[in-house]
Amino acid sequence: MNRVKYSMVVIGGGPAGLAAALEARELGCQDVLIVERDWELGGILQQCIHNGFGLHLLGEELTGGEYAQHFIDQLAQTDIEVMTDTMVIHLAPGLITAVNPQQGLLEIEAGAIVLAMGCRERTRGAISIPGTRPAGVMTAGTAQRLLNMEGLMPGKRIVILGSGDIGLIMARRLTLEGAKVEAVAELMPWSSGLTRNIVQCLDDFDIPLLLSHTVVAVHGSQRLEGVTLARVDDNFKPIAGSERHIPCDTLLLSVGLIPENELSQQAGVELDSTTGGPLVDQHLQTTVPGIFACGNVVHVHDLVDNVSLEAQRAAAGAVRWLKSEIARQKTIPVQAGEGVGYVVPQRISLPQPDEITLLFRVKRPMVGATAVVTDGEKQVASKKLPFARPAEMAELVLEKGSLEGCGEQLEVSVVERSDSR
Amino acid sequence: MFDVIIIGAGVIGSAIAWRLARHDLNVAVVERDDDVASATSKANSGIIHAGYDPEPGTLKAGLNVRGNKLYPDLCRELGVDYLACGSMVIAHEGQEEKLEKLLLRGRQNGVEDMAIISRDKLLDMEPNVAAEATSALYAPSAAVVSPYQLTVALAENAALNGVEFMFNTPVEDVLVEEGRVTGVRCGENIFAAPIVINAAGVHADRLAQLAGAERYDITPRKGEYLLLDKAMEGFVRQVLFPVPRGSSKGVLVVPTVEGNILAGPTAWDTEDREDVATTPQGLEEIRREAPWLVSGISWGKVIGSFAGLRAVADNDDFIIRASARVNGWIDVGGIQSPGLASAPAIAERVEHLVGGLTELNPRQDHVTQRKSPRVSQLDRMKRQQLIEKDSAFGRIVCRCEDVSEGEVLAALAGALPVCSLDALKRRTRAGTGRCQGGFCVPRLVAIISREKGIPPHQVTKKGPGSPVVSGWLDKGWKQ
Repeated sequence: MNRVKYSMVVIGGGPAGLAAALEARELGCQDVLIVERDWELGGILQQCIHNGFGLHLLGEELTGGEYAQHFIDQLAQTDIEVMTDTMVIHLAPGLITAVNPQQGLLEIEAGAIVLAMGCRERTRGAISIPGTRPAGVMTAGTAQRLLNMEGLMPGKRIVILGSGDIGLIMARRLTLEGAKVEAVAELMPWSSGLTRNIVQCLDDFDIPLLLSHTVVAVHGSQRLEGVTLARVDDNFKPIAGSERHIPCDTLLLSVGLIPENELSQQAGVELDSTTGGPLVDQHLQTTVPGIFACGNVVHVHDLVDNVSLEAQRAAAGAVRWLKSEIARQKTIPVQAGEGVGYVVPQRISLPQPDEITLLFRVKRPMVGATAVVTDGEKQVASKKLPFARPAEMAELVLEKGSLEGCGEQLEVSVVERSDSR
Repeated sequence: MFDVIIIGAGVIGSAIAWRLARHDLNVAVVERDDDVASATSKANSGIIHAGYDPEPGTLKAGLNVRGNKLYPDLCRELGVDYLACGSMVIAHEGQEEKLEKLLLRGRQNGVEDMAIISRDKLLDMEPNVAAEATSALYAPSAAVVSPYQLTVALAENAALNGVEFMFNTPVEDVLVEEGRVTGVRCGENIFAAPIVINAAGVHADRLAQLAGAERYDITPRKGEYLLLDKAMEGFVRQVLFPVPRGSSKGVLVVPTVEGNILAGPTAWDTEDREDVATTPQGLEEIRREAPWLVSGISWGKVIGSFAGLRAVADNDDFIIRASARVNGWIDVGGIQSPGLASAPAIAERVEHLVGGLTELNPRQDHVTQRKSPRVSQLDRMKRQQLIEKDSAFGRIVCRCEDVSEGEVLAALAGALPVCSLDALKRRTRAGTGRCQGGFCVPRLVAIISREKGIPPHQVTKKGPGSPVVSGWLDKGWKQ
């Protein structure tokens, strides 16, 4: 078997992997390898031909492909090595086993490993939609790949379940290509997509968004013939009598993304049951020393710009780890408190040498809220959140030195001011 | 003109074809769907029952125990995964007597090595068993196979030995002249044969009626299942049954050969012979009943659900007989549980019935081995050698199940024609994993399109009328 060795190996050549590899090289790491399972770099951005990428990080509105190309062009100027068409089939601390058609099986020794495998879509099976199993039921991302990369129309008459961003984007995309999007149904009383996508992808095309609705049956034995939608109650149970049949040949699912951590678990990386991603500290180091993680494999981001930034922090952490510069005298957990779904990083390694970016999501839409970081009774930091929505990740920076003399645990909570609403 | 026509390419039709293929006979299988194992044979528990369940003296009892004994060699011969896991019938407080009854019945049926085990032993063998479990009937000879992998292997071996399979060919009429069957009509085509074997699953009674053979009635009984992620591997180690209540075996928790966990089935009689839709009630029933057997089952790990129909005959036994009314007509009906376990023994019995109607001479060039490499099962050295020989085995097209393009190409070039995603899935497992085809479907559509020389919108999920995509984009893109 072929055996090779690198100081740093990045698994995944999407936005997280690209940014991590570039940053590591920039920070002086001599030999960096990216392992990518697809034929080309760019990951999911390859199929995102809509614009809206890069506004925060690059100051311009790019398509997904253009955003990826920005990093791929930079990569071409470096000596970073890339293996495409290469699938990692096993991961252990410091050792990656991969396979590709040219070399066959490869054992790759790595000083530091950066996990950047992204996420996968939740499927029909995972949410157990009852009914038959015809052709024409697929995830929104699969439809997006078929349409934007293979030039194929998934169907002509569409219902979309779930108002995640990919589903919203696909509603517009399919409409532009001549399909009729009958409705977007969303189980929750609010959309899980960005506001701008609801306006630009649904409202502008008169596509109805049916909140508190779900698909209760799939019909058709060969190709999909229709779905039954129903309104749900406060416990998300379908309300009897609210059913209606919608004829369609395609049901797209945009019902959530799951960080892809089967490899991480092989290496013993501990996962957060809420995010589905590794538990990380502010360096994005997982519970296994020398294994770092960034992007959607850690938690599902709504903006790729944030993925790139997180990847840079992970790369910086990995480079420092390689130089034995990361001290881990003590680790304290960061808990999600009132109104908060999750916080990343989930732990902070002390002593704290630099400022720390905390990323978190609120549990429900809030107006005029304040995010507070507390250490027991003591308030460590706070930030106003005028419009907080679960779909939009919030950020709070702990200044350098702000955790001096800090106790056993931090908590992030978000509360609405009593005078609002 | 054929010597024998078999109606139905489920596990029973395919096992009979496999068995008859060792004789110098011209055999054809006509199948309604686009592939083998497209109905009951793809949607069941996959259990090779030990044989303590059927009433002594029934066909079920004899054929189950015989079939169970034939399985290990059969699977070795055909390269089919066989998980010799054993089974447990779990009892709660006050139900221990029922285990004694099953033990006695099993011994009458000739099942070997059964034992009633105590709670301590049970906990030792099944750490996740429900807290209320007091004891269990352990049957080490029970096992698990993948019913569609088995059916594909049987049918491919039959095809290698000259059996002709005709798919998308539903039988519309049975031709009988002067009390002798002469063949079947499928649409415009007439296929002539002096012997016709009816292995049409839930439709068998209607075909028997068309032939004018002895009447029986089949009631389809729907069973729904939930399939859990391989991350649950080891959650149960044996097939777990509750003590029997009523006619069905109840909701089971089963380890699959691939490392998944299967929970189900429900048992709902239905009028509709095509009704394989899952229902909210059915899936809820599984979630409610499974904790009777095990504690801590993680429903968040469900990756799929499906339903199948069991063919329940009115006499509650298998119906395997050469018709006394219509010469040359053989019924193989009512093959519900333990049908899969009995399949090789049923095939032997049918072979015997055919032998009573025509002379059987051994085929000279009969091939028994069927080899298909699965890269995920090879050791690293062998895997590397395979990739060096053919680089397509180094390109992974299904990330969840570690399936290479080479395996897909081998399936497409196999002994049976494969054109649909589901047929490919049954042969390679591509698309059966946790992402349920999200990653591989675009790749597989491209590969099938390329290899078969058809446009992508002619690639189907499950045969005619089930295109995966509707066509090329209107603007640009066109090749």
